[in-house]
Order: sequence, then C-alpha cells, then structure tokens
Amino acid sequence: MDLSALTLTELRRALRAGETTSVAVTQAMLDRIVAVDNDVRSYLTVTDELALEQAAAADARLARGEETPVLGVPVALKDIICTAGVETTAGSKILEGYTPPYDAFVTRRLAAAGAVLLGKTNTDEFAMGSSTENSAYFPTRNPWDLDRVPGGSSGGSAAAVAGRMAYAALGTDTGGSVRQPASFCNLVGLRPTYGRVSRWGVIAFASSLDQISPFGRTVADCAALLQVVAGHDPRDSTSLPEPVPDYEAALTGDIAGLRIGVPAEYFGEGLQPAVREAVGNAIDELVALGASVEAISLPHTPYALPAYYLIAPAEASANLARYDGVRFGPRVVGADVIDTLKQTRALFGPEVKRRIMLGTYALSAGYYDAYYGQALKVRTLIQRDFAAAFARVDVIATPTSPTTAFRLGERADDPLSMYLADIYTLPVNLSAGCGLSLPCGFDEAGLPIGLQLIGDTLAEATVLNAAYAYEQATAWHRHLAPI
Amino acid sequence: MSLSESEVARIAHLARLALTEAELVAYQNQLSAVLAHVEMIGQLDLRDVLPTTHAVRRENVVRDDVVRPSLDPADALFNAPETAEGQFRLQAILEE
Repeated sequence: MDLSALTLTELRRALRAGETTSVAVTQAMLDRIVAVDNDVRSYLTVTDELALEQAAAADARLARGEETPVLGVPVALKDIICTAGVETTAGSKILEGYTPPYDAFVTRRLAAAGAVLLGKTNTDEFAMGSSTENSAYFPTRNPWDLDRVPGGSSGGSAAAVAGRMAYAALGTDTGGSVRQPASFCNLVGLRPTYGRVSRWGVIAFASSLDQISPFGRTVADCAALLQVVAGHDPRDSTSLPEPVPDYEAALTGDIAGLRIGVPAEYFGEGLQPAVREAVGNAIDELVALGASVEAISLPHTPYALPAYYLIAPAEASANLARYDGVRFGPRVVGADVIDTLKQTRALFGPEVKRRIMLGTYALSAGYYDAYYGQALKVRTLIQRDFAAAFARVDVIATPTSPTTAFRLGERADDPLSMYLADIYTLPVNLSAGCGLSLPCGFDEAGLPIGLQLIGDTLAEATVLNAAYAYEQATAWHRHLAPI
Repeated sequence: MSLSESEVARIAHLARLALTEAELVAYQNQLSAVLAHVEMIGQLDLRDVLPTTHAVRRENVVRDDVVRPSLDPADALFNAPETAEGQFRLQAILEE
C-alpha cells in the first residue's frame, strides 16, 4: 500500500480498520519529506520528533476506539500559525528564531483531535504574495512542475499536500491565499466565512480579511479539517457564535434544484483560454447533475482589486507596527531609538515594505478620506453585489485564477501583475461570504485548473456539497502530481 | 498619482523604515504604478454610500470580566532581544 497516495478520508478508514498505524504513516510522510522536499521546499520547519510522539499518542487513542475527523492524521500548518515551542516566522527575517509561548486556537483544536503536526510550511512573508516567492527564506516550487510557483501565499501548505508530504494542511486566505494555490496545485481549498474559524494565535496581516482555511486533496478531506477547526472562540471577538454544522454529513452529492449564478465579470480579458473552457465544462457538468444556471452580474468587480489594495495594506501597516525589535525578533541597533526602529524594520522584505508604505500613505493625513475611506465604501458596494446575487442563486461559479501556475520569477519584478493573480478570489474576502476552489481540469501544459464556488454567509455546507457532487462525477482530483 | 522621491521618503519615515537610495527610487516607481491603478475607485459616486469595515456585522461583543490565566513573565520575555529586571530593555528615549 502506497500510504502517501491515500486521501485523508481513506487514511482515516485504514487507521480505524487497523490496516496501518499513525506512527507508520507519520514515518512514511517524514521519509517522503526527506526524499522530495529538497526539490519542492514546502516546509520551513519539520517537527519530526514531535510528530512521532503525537502519532504514538494517536495510536493509543485509536486502540481505545476513539474517533475524530483527524485522529492520527499527519497535517501541516502554514508558518503564520503559532505553535508553542516551535519556531514561527511568518516567512520573515524579522521573526527569525521567534518561538511562540502559546498555541493558536486551531493548533490546540488539531492537537485535541489527535492530528499529527509534521511541520510548518513556507509562506510569502506575512502572507503577502501570490507565489510564495516573497518568503524571506526560499521560494517553494509547484510539485506539478518544479519550474513553476505553487501559488501563494499559502504555497508551502499547498505544495506539501500536493506533493503528498501531508494529508491536509491549514493556510490563511486574505485575498485568495488558499484558493489560488489550491487551484495551482490540483487541491481543494476552502476559505470559510470571516469569523467561522478563530484567528487567535495567527500572525495578523489584514485583520478584517484574514481567515484560516483548510487544504485537502478531496472535498471530504477539506470538510474534515474544517470540522475540527471551526467554531466560536471567546478570545477572538470577531469569531462567530453560530453553531457549526456537520460538514461531512452535508456531503450528499444531491444538488438537484441548486441555483448556480455565473457572473460575466469573471470571464473577461486576461482569462487563459484553457481555464475558460474547463470552467465552462464544469458548469455544464453541474447542470447535468441537476443544478440550474443563470447569468448574474457583480457589477463592482473591477473595483475589488483597487479597494483591496488600499484596505489590506492599510490594515497591514497598523498590524506590522508591532515589529519594532523590542519584544521579539532581532534588533539592529542604530544611533537612537528611532534609528533602531528603522534599521530593525529594514529586515522586512521588499513586498512587505511596499505594502506598509502603501498602507501608511492611504491612512496618512490628507489622504485618508480619498483612499482608505473611499475603499471602505467600495467594500459596501461589493457586499451589495453579492447580497443581490444570493437573493437569486445559491452558489456562484467562476474561475479561481485567470491563469494556471506561472513560472518562478515571471512576475516577481512587477507587483501589479502579481496582484492580478487574485482578481477572482479577493472579492470574496471583501464580502460576507465563503469560497472554495476545486480541481476542474488541466491546461495544454498539464497544469491544474481550479473552479471557484462562492457561497453566502456561513454557506460552507452548501458550497462543499456542490463541490462534492462535481467531484464524484469527475476524476480530476485523482490525478497526482508527478513528483 | 505619481509620488515624488521626497514623498516616498516621508512615508518611509512615518512607517519607520530605513530605505537605501536604490530602494527609494524603486518604491517611487512601484508605489506610483499601484496608486495609479487604485485611483480608479475615484470614478464611482460614493457620496451616499456608508463604509463597511468588517465582513460580518457584529456589535458590542462582550465577555465576562473574569481573571484568566495569562502568560508567565519568563515566557513573555523569552523572545526579546534584550531584557533587564523582568522587563524589555531598549535605548533611552529621553536623555537626562
């Protein structure tokens, strides 16, 4: 049995049936990391000793007949999620060596459910980027083609799962940072409604947009991970108190009567022909499965990118003010306190500096109303667009990204072209809804294509079931990266 | 909108970022390009639109005001580059 080829759901069955053990699959994952991660470079830190201890503990729980959605399952966490005693860098030199004194909410939830932590995955610095090339440590490569990026910012988590070096992983999605890499790596990535998962213990980028999001190789795998981490946390005042449904039970595959909206604004200029065709075919398949389709309009879509690139940097410039070399991270001593601050903060990488300055400018005296204030009003219009659409349809279907995975270095010198990689995903972050990407085909170069399904507030179960119905009718998700 | 080099220097000072001369020039071009793009929101009539700051509206989130366990001081100080007498230490802000 090739243990690495199992899905999370298949592994869980095998563990419960006693066909393998958590220690055995954890060792298989660690061996595979040694074998292929020199090429992919998905992990910043591998927690091998901790993983084997957790696996042994999970085996003891399995032997007692315990069941959780992830008991004994080896997973990875984006290195922006705090892990007590395990270095957490956010992909930045300014947090090099930082060892959190506490676990994030989701880290605790996963540990309590008996998941095994394999390690911390690479990310664009402070989750700012769409290719993982902005990591201060090294770029991660796409397991489907090592000359291409895995997407970002959660590219390390995506590459680890696609490279079969973890059965599932958590990332964070602020503007598409889980859905876009899921699309580039033939995975399922679900960005839940803002507040569905607690952000406590996650290093902040843009606090009104950040949301922890699971990656899996299948819809059910993604649902299993969401089940464990979703729920209210009094330590995150933006966390939602609504009860968490049984996501796996919602996967009936029955979508008869489901109303799907297709917005013309997501099929315009710059969309790669192979992506257009694959997404069109996927929508046809959903219709064949019993859904109905109607053309809808989200008229303010062109304004989402500009609004996002004012709001996210503004929030980032405030959040990242804390990196001052006083409480954590290295300190570069200058002539006086101000100079020390400036020299220390010069440790930020270029994209982070760019966004801090953009945000500082958008919030500065004389420009606040014209930039940040206006962007918040555009956010209202984008929310109205989605509210009007969800009065008529249950799910919105679009491409996840305008293109398949691009080559390393291809967009590195042109920030605006990099930002355009998220043009179809970031409206969801500005909205009150949720969004999922799942495999729906390959382009002429054999690179994966993602279908995005967008749902209304807390409609995760609806979106997951629509994705599940499509997945059961197609075989795209069964294709494994050739590494 | 095109930023001047002195405006970039002013923003970098506000953000407490030390920039090299080469960075200053690069950011001047890149920030100007991004600002030129984001300014398209100026095309919209937003006079009667209220701002939205969060995805899902929640008001007055409160919790019981009770003492809960907090970090041990040694753990809180563990990552600091310099400490003294159980506190974070840095250069003098005010000279005597």
